[in-house]
Amino acid sequence: MKNENYFTKGDKTVDPPQTFFHLKGAANIWRIIPFLIAALILIPIAVVFSSVFMPANDVWQHLVETTLLTLLINTFWLALGVLTGSALLGVSLAWFTAVYEFPGSRFFSWALLLPLAIPAYVTAFVVLGLFDYTGPIQTNLRTWLGTELPWFPDLYGRSGVILVMTLAFYPYVYLMARNAFLTQGKRLLEVAQSLGLNQRQGFFKVSLPMARPWIAGGLMLTLMETLADFGTVAIFNYDTFTTAIYKAWFGLFSLPAASQLASLLILIVFVVIIAEQQFRIRMRYAETKRSARVDRIALSGWRSSAVACFAASVLFLAFILPIIQLSIWAIQSLMESFDQRYFEFLFHSVLLSAAATLITCFAALLLVYAARLYSDTTTRIAVRIATIGYALPGAVLAVGIFIPVVWVDDLLNAWWLKLFQVEIGFLIQGTLGVMLIAYMTRFLAVGHYPIDSAMQRITRNIDEAAMGFGLTGWSILRRIHLPILKTGIFTAAALVFVDVMKEMPITLMTRPFGWDTLAVRIFALTSEGEWEHAALPAVTLVMAGLVPIILLMRQTDK
Amino acid sequence: MHKPTSFIRLFAIIGCCFFFLATNARAEQVVVYSARIEQLIKPMFDAFTRETGIQVKFTTDKEGALLARLKAEGRRTPADVLITVDAGNLWEAARAGLLKSISSPILESNIPAHLRDPRGQWFGLSVRARTLVYNTQKVKPTELSTYEDLADPKWKGRLCLRTSKKVYNQSLVAMMIAEHGEAETERIVKGWVANLATEPLSDDTKALEFVAAGRCDVTVINTYYFGRLMEANPALPLAIFWPNQNNSGVHVNISGAGVTQYSKNERSAIKLLEFLSSDKAQNLFADINMEYPANPQIQPSETVSAWGEFKQNQMNVVKAGELQTTAVKLMDRAGYR
Repeated sequence: MKNENYFTKGDKTVDPPQTFFHLKGAANIWRIIPFLIAALILIPIAVVFSSVFMPANDVWQHLVETTLLTLLINTFWLALGVLTGSALLGVSLAWFTAVYEFPGSRFFSWALLLPLAIPAYVTAFVVLGLFDYTGPIQTNLRTWLGTELPWFPDLYGRSGVILVMTLAFYPYVYLMARNAFLTQGKRLLEVAQSLGLNQRQGFFKVSLPMARPWIAGGLMLTLMETLADFGTVAIFNYDTFTTAIYKAWFGLFSLPAASQLASLLILIVFVVIIAEQQFRIRMRYAETKRSARVDRIALSGWRSSAVACFAASVLFLAFILPIIQLSIWAIQSLMESFDQRYFEFLFHSVLLSAAATLITCFAALLLVYAARLYSDTTTRIAVRIATIGYALPGAVLAVGIFIPVVWVDDLLNAWWLKLFQVEIGFLIQGTLGVMLIAYMTRFLAVGHYPIDSAMQRITRNIDEAAMGFGLTGWSILRRIHLPILKTGIFTAAALVFVDVMKEMPITLMTRPFGWDTLAVRIFALTSEGEWEHAALPAVTLVMAGLVPIILLMRQTDK
Repeated sequence: MHKPTSFIRLFAIIGCCFFFLATNARAEQVVVYSARIEQLIKPMFDAFTRETGIQVKFTTDKEGALLARLKAEGRRTPADVLITVDAGNLWEAARAGLLKSISSPILESNIPAHLRDPRGQWFGLSVRARTLVYNTQKVKPTELSTYEDLADPKWKGRLCLRTSKKVYNQSLVAMMIAEHGEAETERIVKGWVANLATEPLSDDTKALEFVAAGRCDVTVINTYYFGRLMEANPALPLAIFWPNQNNSGVHVNISGAGVTQYSKNERSAIKLLEFLSSDKAQNLFADINMEYPANPQIQPSETVSAWGEFKQNQMNVVKAGELQTTAVKLMDRAGYR
């Protein structure tokens, strides 16, 4: 925290552009920003919702009569299981790496984020490949015992899919919770201890409640990702609400029914989000001075080994194991599947992810800041709408984006035809601009939650002091908030970057001709069941995703 | 004064764009939307360009997404040809008015009647046979006979199946409905479910591995998955059995193509389809994925021929599309996940 600096700088900040924001009309820019962004994102959502007016009664009747109840129960347990698992893993690991010193603690603090770079369906495929009946583990055990195994955990059940998704999604919670614990500083814990609480009580009574918005943000992302997932549940053949959406669309040829189901999914998520928000709305979370890393508490004896073992086993299952298997496959298929175009795929992936990250984080920042200036109910709802795209299955959202884009092109064409009597074809469809806005629609939540919870750290007093020095609008954001929000913004950027790299349906549908990415390549190979050949692009994708994660960790650990 | 200059610049840029668009449009080209993935189509497109000089521009995506895209783009679509890997999706594309009826004596003579749309809206280009594979250590081929027989209690705990969410199984059941009617088919599917050794699996390769490992004795798969697995590991105790040889024949599906309703290069598009159905492309089109050529004049690859000859189900694959929804609902009712 360098507040002092701002206050001294504050004296000389009355240059002309800032006086602009004293004008009433200009100040209203911040009033309408959330609504503008929400409106943009609401368009594809509205397209999905408009399906409500189309007939799909037969599909609904069929679902109600056959599988709907099972799907709802399955989805409920899956969401609950993954949320619980991610909360337990994410928060505990974040606490250990942020507060304690144990063997490898510095290594684990960044390594535990690495699973984020592996798409969940890849982890699922690898874990099943290794541990199911035909996998090397069970096969060798059988040969060794010379008989059928009396018992082995059934991975194809509910627990298997929950386990894999937890391993894939806990980093969201870990990252957010760790930021919270780091910015709380050890001082908070010291105060707790001076009041007679021991470390455990200090964690449960002080640190954990103080980290609520961060943890809740991480859990929201986990929930939305879980509900929107199709790839992982498909590999387990575990039926959820999302598999029903795809079945209605691809199996029953009813896109309207699929969209209606998706609308219902959004509504449910929306209710959960609003409920969570109401729950913590009256709380304020302020920052204490951040502690330096040297202040970590050293764990001793069996405790430190236990924590190190715990962290190591999570890392092993969630990252090392999949990456070893992928690497073996990649080396095996290197000769057949490698060609010059890989560099092109990699370049496209990185370029798109970087550009989408920039746009998304900028929009998220505007959204967060505007919502801070005007925190009335309508603004808050607008913010929530703007971040709902993450809960939709990607393929449904892709159609929702595509339809209005074509519609705008039609309008442009009609207008051009009237003026010049020639058709011009598609102007905006198939451009990178559309693709980037589509990514933003999907991933704004991922950018929003980290920045939003970082913003909670900034007290109202700071704003008031800044205004006392004559700062307003942009300059408060730029001079005072941005430096404090830095960690939050870096977190958001790393998450969005990795998510865009992994994204498939929107990329497939909106990419310009010839703009294939690593994810498109993985789709092409896995769609015909050639998983082993998909390993090379998958490993490349993971490696490229690691870069921003490592950069982020170096940033936050400074 | 810098406003007007930037306007001029803007117009210059737009002008250049149009020039580019216009010149681009002049070169003869066909735009393909394909659900068949790049490595299975690109070599044929390259051969086509070499022979005719017509450029092929393509994009790949899932069938459902491509149909939604064609529908949204309407009459302004850039696509001339739609390629999918399943008759059901071609049927749906035709039903939604996205494909054009074409008549081409070449296509009609190259592609047998049961592998193309009666109204000429789409044509099969390769054949995918869905057949039985058994564990040679646990099953004698004489025990096997038909798809329907797998519902017999003697297979209890011995059957592995891929999930019903895969279109291959939906097509198989749809063709069974066409042959036996709904009630009888539902009885058969219920029998399959009762005989399952394990919950339905996520893909054909997994099912084959389960049979090879002895978790179950028999499964239903597309032959090219068998081909690929055996190529990687020839020692596996697996063999193909051609079912229903004394009655309807082996269930086949197609990967195929049609000309889009609003194609602006219809002539070139038809030329591309004709090329793909000809002897120059058929071998490549099928062999590249160990499938069977749709053109009966062309021999399948050596590996594929080694699996033996078989009688195909001669019922038009259009039924797979017509009855797909019925099949999906039936399988839901029967508890086949």
